[in-house]
Amino acid sequence: MKLLEIKEFIDAKVLCGEEHLKREVAYACACDLMSEVLRLADKDMVLITGLTNIHVLKTAEMANIRTLIFVWGKLPDDTLVQEAKELDMVVLSTELPMYECCGILYKKGLGEPLEP
Amino acid sequence: MTNIYEMEYNVNNRDFVVAGDVSRIIKRTLQRIGVDPKIVRRVAIASYEAEMNIAIHSNGGRISAKIDTDKVLVCTQDFGPGIPDIDLAMTEGWSTATAEIREMGFGAGMGLPNMKKCSDVFEIDSQVPQGTTIKMTFWLT
Repeated sequence: MKLLEIKEFIDAKVLCGEEHLKREVAYACACDLMSEVLRLADKDMVLITGLTNIHVLKTAEMANIRTLIFVWGKLPDDTLVQEAKELDMVVLSTELPMYECCGILYKKGLGEPLEP
Repeated sequence: MTNIYEMEYNVNNRDFVVAGDVSRIIKRTLQRIGVDPKIVRRVAIASYEAEMNIAIHSNGGRISAKIDTDKVLVCTQDFGPGIPDIDLAMTEGWSTATAEIREMGFGAGMGLPNMKKCSDVFEIDSQVPQGTTIKMTFWLT
């Protein structure tokens, strides 16, 4: 699924990475616990989270995750967005609650991550 | 084997702004010298978990990485308080993290099991109250 489609399905704002929206992703993980994310991480995985601290970005970098979606209308601070930009990541923010965001994307065919 | 890179850094207790940055340096170094991305990812995840554990649970410590032609070694040493029951600490989901740490996204009880899963050889030794040492080996060949 293209990131551009994801953006439209969940009516998200693009905080950075507009130029990378043609990228394809196959899996998603919705989680606020970063060790769980590291356990599941797949290289073309989208991370959906309600957590906005800098460790979301560090976790994503460690696990080669290049797309972050913040739910509940949450916005990370400028440092996270700036660092994400430098890492060529795409950062989206949607007003949807996590459950609804996941439900929409799952229904549209975004899969679950495979065990590494 | 010839040592290509060697680095060692302090990790301060509860300094969450910079915690994780040593693992970023390790990861970027491995990427720069062209190590297999799958191995880079395993080293990065394991060292990040180890580094966060020092920041969250210990009184501070050190993390080092040695990159040889045949392996990467990531070692941590902290200054206490040590782990009374290592088998229990290795159990998935078991954690002593506080609510504050959990709000930051840590304390899932997956750190040590993740480190073991990602590394080829995982060695841990802990003395109460002296501290914990972890040695993780990742084969490059």
